[in-house]
Amino acid sequence: MIIKVTLQSILQTIAWTIVCGVILPLLLTVAFQTLFPYQANGSLITVGGKLVGSELLAQQFTGDKYFWPRPSANSYGSSPSGLVTSSGSNLGPTSAQLQTNVQANAKALRAAHHLPDNAPVPADLVFASASGLDPHISPEAARFQVARVAAARGLSADRVAALVEQHVELSQWGFLGEPRVNVLVLNLALDNEVPGKQP
Amino acid sequence: MHAHEILQIILFFGLGIALTPIVGRYMAKVFKGERTFLHPILAPVERFVYRVTRTDPNHEMTWLHYLAGVCIMTVVGAVSLFGILMTQQWLPLNPQGLPNLSWHLAFNTAWSFTCNADWQSYSGEGVMSYFSQTVGLSVHQFLSGAAGIAVLAAVGRALKRASVKSIGNFWADLTRCLLYIVIPLSILWSIPLAWQGCPQTWKAYPAAHLVEAYTTQVPKTDDKGNAVNGADGKPVMVDARVDTQLIPVGPVASFEACKQIFTNGGGWYGVNSAHPLENPTPLANFLEMLAIIVIPMAQVYMFGLMIGNKKHAWTIFAVMLSLFVLSFIVAWWAESQPNPVTAPFHPNLEGKETRFGVMNSTLWGAACTAIDNGSVNSMHDSWMPLAGLMPMWNILVGEIFFGGVGCGMYCMMFHILIAVFIAGLMIGRTPEYLGKKLGAWEATWAVVGVLGPNAACLIPTAMSCMIPSVISGTLGNNGPHGLSEILYAYGEAANNNGSAFAGLNANVPWHDVALGIAIIIGRFAPIAAALAIVGRLASKKTVEASVGTLPTHGWTFGLTLTGVIVIVAALTFFPAICLGPLVEHGLMLAGRTF
Repeated sequence: MIIKVTLQSILQTIAWTIVCGVILPLLLTVAFQTLFPYQANGSLITVGGKLVGSELLAQQFTGDKYFWPRPSANSYGSSPSGLVTSSGSNLGPTSAQLQTNVQANAKALRAAHHLPDNAPVPADLVFASASGLDPHISPEAARFQVARVAAARGLSADRVAALVEQHVELSQWGFLGEPRVNVLVLNLALDNEVPGKQP
Repeated sequence: MHAHEILQIILFFGLGIALTPIVGRYMAKVFKGERTFLHPILAPVERFVYRVTRTDPNHEMTWLHYLAGVCIMTVVGAVSLFGILMTQQWLPLNPQGLPNLSWHLAFNTAWSFTCNADWQSYSGEGVMSYFSQTVGLSVHQFLSGAAGIAVLAAVGRALKRASVKSIGNFWADLTRCLLYIVIPLSILWSIPLAWQGCPQTWKAYPAAHLVEAYTTQVPKTDDKGNAVNGADGKPVMVDARVDTQLIPVGPVASFEACKQIFTNGGGWYGVNSAHPLENPTPLANFLEMLAIIVIPMAQVYMFGLMIGNKKHAWTIFAVMLSLFVLSFIVAWWAESQPNPVTAPFHPNLEGKETRFGVMNSTLWGAACTAIDNGSVNSMHDSWMPLAGLMPMWNILVGEIFFGGVGCGMYCMMFHILIAVFIAGLMIGRTPEYLGKKLGAWEATWAVVGVLGPNAACLIPTAMSCMIPSVISGTLGNNGPHGLSEILYAYGEAANNNGSAFAGLNANVPWHDVALGIAIIIGRFAPIAAALAIVGRLASKKTVEASVGTLPTHGWTFGLTLTGVIVIVAALTFFPAICLGPLVEHGLMLAGRTF
């Protein structure tokens, strides 16, 4: 019995490897490359023929001319040696390191925005995201940064604020998920607004 | 609590419950070998599979033969997967040129995926080639899930039978499950996921030019790649410019659907469904969450149809649903409380994605642990202590609040048998279940099915705490939270969940091997116990229900069952839970940090 069962196990494993591991993904690749070519290739954004990123992945922005994404535990996936795999900080609620990080993030944000020591800061800008690649910030976090970006670019705050409001995505279909702003898309729109202003 | 959050919750549970009878009836038809609407297309494929795999679908197996089929197929799968992972460097479809895995990581991963646990000690996008993910891991997400449901089908079938020794044909159950249930559902689910933004390509990772390139410091290396130390003994740092970001793509959409539907949970990327390319939008998130509950909820109804007792099934369903919903409510409430350690910043968004927020993160966390899925869309390690306790509780109880595909229901059967046994003993009657008298054999195996995984969790947890290198080198957090990380890891392994308090660095030989063994015990102890019980019950005569028979439906039975579940789990795990999350909660309120 054991020999027969072993033989059948091997045959079954081979058969389903071909069906589920080869035919199915290949068929779906053909289907999705045809139906959704933009998404199937990673939602890539090109500007002037140059690939500048994925709409779905955050990049590091530190200059005053740009909106900043949420803190990342994996340096936004990039490093001098290449890819950094996705990761959260995994710091627990009683972690001293978490306390230090949060206070340091808040302090840096207040300093960069010329705010007093106890000024409120949006929570999503002090807490690191789950993936380290969260492309979004909350609308409050975007509004929080308007004055700094406007000053650095020599634009009126109203104009930048209007751009932010244009880029607020509400809950999907009116009720799914949370309202948010895509930082990379917003920053590219800013660059588009004021050509030649890239640092 | 906002209106849009309530609406999502109602829609989530409502759709799950509404789909239960539809999907459950369809599944029961498939396993009874009746014709479905897919038969005109798929019946020839089914016959072809039987021919090439030399299967006679009408050949009936004894419970031992059936068990041998499940076990040997899993071993064959684990060995072949181990082989792929150890040689991926030389195999095709590896555009990033990723190296072979270490033996211990390959051992852990091979067992974890073939046993439907899908625990990951690695980050897929930096470790696994497209070949390993698609031809290796993904195949076993299909096979391990199908094996679980096949066992449940055999359990249901056997309980309906009397005075026979056979319980069905494993290969026929497996083939029908894959062909008529999982493959169609996977195709159906992958379409909206691809539309929402999951990639589906085999090209190498594109390199994007960063909009704002930056300079960072890296340790200086000599010609041989060794770090150069300065006069003070510290590494010399030099500037390095970063102007590109690699965008990790791959055939994700086709991988993702089966991962969610079949309670696998082993993600394409390291952070699983928190990754924006694996779970791009709130709609994708909703569909992936719905995929978690569809088959596990429907399996209860299927079980009811197969044993011919729908009332019993709905009572079990109600018990499972109540405990699942309760765990979600507690987690959501606890996660919305302020944390004095990080005050005044609130809510706790550490390890959460903006598009999901607190509610969707906790709903997913409760769903993926009540149901044996183990995928995550937020980092459970960063949850508040009492919120993190809820996923842990769902896992430690034994993954029975719907639980894994197949295993949720047959593991629940052990608790049902214990409940029936206790109730019978209390009134001095021979315990009966579905018209069969229960004896020492059934009671013994039911206890094996419950205590096997519990032992496989607590013993290695205790051993880990005794190993100095584990304590000093693998914990992501100190204090009671460190114990929670170990307990969670071995709990999920022993119950084949696969989610994590991911701060634990599990890719060291001790954890990889010990977790792998816990996964194996947690998989096969319940399967062996379930088949042993129903194999014996199938051979017994059915006795007519009499006035003294305790009903296995209604409030009394539901509450007794709930009591048994809670008491068994609390007696086993209360001390460990006290030392982990409960102590941490008190210390957090006092503002202590570690």
